[in-house]
Amino acid sequence: MIYREAGQFKTSYASDQAIFPIVQDRWVAGLVLVAAVLVPPLVANDYWLQAILIPFLVYALAAIGLNLLTGYAGQLSLGTGGFMAVGAYSAFKLTTAFPRVSILLVFLASGVIAAAVGLLFGLPSLRIKGFYLAVATLAAQFFLIWLFNKVGWFVNYASSGTITAPNRTVLGVLVTGPNAGAPARYLMALGFVIVFALVAKNLVRGRIGRSWMAIRDRDIAAEIIGVRPLRTKLLAFGISSFYCGVAGAELVFLFLGSAETLAFDINQSFLVLFMIIIGGLGSIFGSFLGAGFIILVPILLTNIPHWLGIKMSVALQKEIELMAFGGLIILFLIVEPHGLARLWQITKEKLRLWPFPY
Amino acid sequence: MAEALRAVLVAPFADMAANPAFLVEVLIGGIASGLMYSLVALGFVLIFKASGVFNFAQGALVLFSALTLVGLMERGAPVWLAIGLTMLVMVVLAFAIERVVLRPLVNQEAIILFMATIGLNFFLEGFGEMAWGANVKKLDIGIPDTSFIVRGVLVNRLELTAAITAAVLVTILAIFFQRTRIGRALRAVADDHAAALSIGIPLKTIWVIVWSVSGLVALAAGIMWGAKSGVQFSLSLIALKALPVLILGGFTSVPGAIVGGLIIGVGEKLGEVYWGPLVGGAIENWFAYVLALAFLVFRPQGLFGEKIIERV
Amino acid sequence: MSGEPGAGTLRAPRRAAGFAARADGTSGEKPLLEVERISVRFGAVLALNQVSLDVRRGEILAIIGPNGAGKTTLLNVISGFYQPYEGRILFEGRDRTHLRAPDVAALGLARTFQNVALFRGMTVLDNIMTGRLLKMRGSFLWEALYWGPARRQELEHRAFVERIIDFLEIQAIRKTPAGRLPYGLQKRVELARALAAEPTLLLLDEPMAGMNVEEKEDMCRFILDVNDEFGTTIALIEHDMSVVMDISDRVAVLDYGRKIADGAPADVRANPAVIHAYLGVHHE
Repeated sequence: MIYREAGQFKTSYASDQAIFPIVQDRWVAGLVLVAAVLVPPLVANDYWLQAILIPFLVYALAAIGLNLLTGYAGQLSLGTGGFMAVGAYSAFKLTTAFPRVSILLVFLASGVIAAAVGLLFGLPSLRIKGFYLAVATLAAQFFLIWLFNKVGWFVNYASSGTITAPNRTVLGVLVTGPNAGAPARYLMALGFVIVFALVAKNLVRGRIGRSWMAIRDRDIAAEIIGVRPLRTKLLAFGISSFYCGVAGAELVFLFLGSAETLAFDINQSFLVLFMIIIGGLGSIFGSFLGAGFIILVPILLTNIPHWLGIKMSVALQKEIELMAFGGLIILFLIVEPHGLARLWQITKEKLRLWPFPY
Repeated sequence: MAEALRAVLVAPFADMAANPAFLVEVLIGGIASGLMYSLVALGFVLIFKASGVFNFAQGALVLFSALTLVGLMERGAPVWLAIGLTMLVMVVLAFAIERVVLRPLVNQEAIILFMATIGLNFFLEGFGEMAWGANVKKLDIGIPDTSFIVRGVLVNRLELTAAITAAVLVTILAIFFQRTRIGRALRAVADDHAAALSIGIPLKTIWVIVWSVSGLVALAAGIMWGAKSGVQFSLSLIALKALPVLILGGFTSVPGAIVGGLIIGVGEKLGEVYWGPLVGGAIENWFAYVLALAFLVFRPQGLFGEKIIERV
Repeated sequence: MSGEPGAGTLRAPRRAAGFAARADGTSGEKPLLEVERISVRFGAVLALNQVSLDVRRGEILAIIGPNGAGKTTLLNVISGFYQPYEGRILFEGRDRTHLRAPDVAALGLARTFQNVALFRGMTVLDNIMTGRLLKMRGSFLWEALYWGPARRQELEHRAFVERIIDFLEIQAIRKTPAGRLPYGLQKRVELARALAAEPTLLLLDEPMAGMNVEEKEDMCRFILDVNDEFGTTIALIEHDMSVVMDISDRVAVLDYGRKIADGAPADVRANPAVIHAYLGVHHE
């Protein structure tokens, strides 16, 4: 009864095409947004921000990026880690070379560089589909990681082989670097993800999103509609790599503080892929759900035994984590291939009818 | 500039010509590792050929079988008993996989099944480690990792055994697919699940057979790799290397897996030894993939794969 | 043999409505599509062997023939999916033999497929909106903001698509994912998607396959309406002879990759070669 949309008639196509067609949804979204901006910086302690919220926002951005490529355009990519690395190392080189340029611009520029690299690896991959494409993205993944390991220029010849985020400010507030506070970093990540999630949502509900989904669902039929597969796939590759690049820069600058290539290895690629599978392929909202889920599982696995008073070795935790991820993937694919997003939708539909069964 | 071109295009070949005996050893080393890749790729081909599923978990199967074998041997089982028991374990595992993963997903698209095998991969890795422990183990199957000299060239006993095993397995499997009734049924299943069901081919049995055979092939690969470099977590990463092998050889070709493996193995070794020093080494990390990528550009279906004509 | 090019009452009113008719039933102007001695090979198999035919502007042409005659192959080569081994294809007088599908679509050609190639993950509305793709001017920046020109364009195209939805009477299912529709409705949605492109020439591959009598009547009505109201030239592959006799202006018959007859429906029906090809099986 609470969630009824009776009486909400759409009188224009515009209102029908809106992101939140149902008025209650709009209110909820608005409240969540306001809460997200105000509550954590004021209330949450550093642990919550550092261990949960900030990585959630960073990975949500990467998940949106991969979802655009794999969920909407149907191009399977196992190179997410590599493209995140491109973003991170580009941002590092740019900001150390031009310390006075705003870090916001640096992030955007590193996204553009990642997009360019993505296009480069995307080009030869466009005659091939499915698993073959996955292999091409693996080539990108392994090659890029090797490159950043081998070529000292990328880490400014630091002997440790790591890159470290320097202190940078936005509007006078330290947002990156060893002295930046967690709330500032949180707000920065939040800002980016809100803007880019909105852009992504706009893209997918319009012409570009439809041509991506056409390629995904029936690429031969798509051609007769006038879709040019090459251009469409390249666009998906480019935009997706942009998102992953910015996310990679955020990973180092806003979350980890410093990193080496290990932070971007093949396991990261799998991690983000898991996020979009569990969250829901082809759903922006699902990308958020999946990212949150994957972030929380290890934390729960670490803390639950602790709360229950059971001692578990770190190795065992890692093993259970692997088994849990693997098992959950299989479970989701069997039960709900469209992921948490679809489950959420079903819940809402049930709410609309509640307390009636149908 | 000319200097760089010469370093890349001329000098390596000059090096090869200057020391032919060494070149032969590198080639043999490449052939040996290539055959080991082929063994792993063979497992992929089997499952793909017979059920259309790309089994990402093949590497985990290799790891799991090797872990089980070593685990049993550490608990005192003699080699032959351990191998026999491990084969049994792999068959049981195939049953379990069919029941839990494959049957519920029987009508889904290929990409869903592929992602399920990624999940399976992680699950088996975690499970194997939990069951048998995470430290590196030594696998001793009675064949020493020593070399003997044949006509001035160093030949490694272990690598030789691996090569012979791979050759034997491939021949058996090739004959199996081409000549036997079950082999034909398997090819029918790979082509079209629904059609195969409708002519009475028992899908469930087929899948159990295929995954069991694949598990046994994985065991063979696991033994060879494990004996060579110890049984450890990174064994499953070898499966990733099998992907370029499949690209080169075609996903459905048993001989292709061999040829592809040889090309990748030899290519990698040559690349590492003769071109590696130019760029600081460790080319092996990505060389196979880039080679496969180049291949994809020119011949997407691989050397032996079937060209897919899409009917509109 | 001349005479009324098309039997049945469905055609009569349109005949009278100022179709520039000559004694032999043609309109005298250059054909919209000219297929000249097209051959298509798949390896050693000659799927089409020197097939020539014309599609005249404003007409409904039926392409019939036994299974495996090459009808779908003909449609595929016309729409740019297959490249012909020899021969020419002229659209509106210009050679477009070697164009590929997206370019052919840009010329004003739309088609449906034998196996209903809808985008199963998208709603009916989105599916039909994809048909408008070629009419949309893209500007990435505005689309990213979903504001200004991009938004206006989106709404304009939505309005156009809604008119097609009304025309084909599929309002109730516009938000249903296409994969969940019954077969007959899927075919109708596919027609809508083809119409959304405002094509000059519409190619339909077995638009009535698998439908019951009522669905077929509806589909016939839609096809005729499209031809009447929008003036769209239509070439369709069809197996149901009563449909062919009722709605087509001309019929072309293929058998084993060759064209064996071409003309008014009544003439073709009486043609011995055609009867032979079908082994005497045809409906009244």
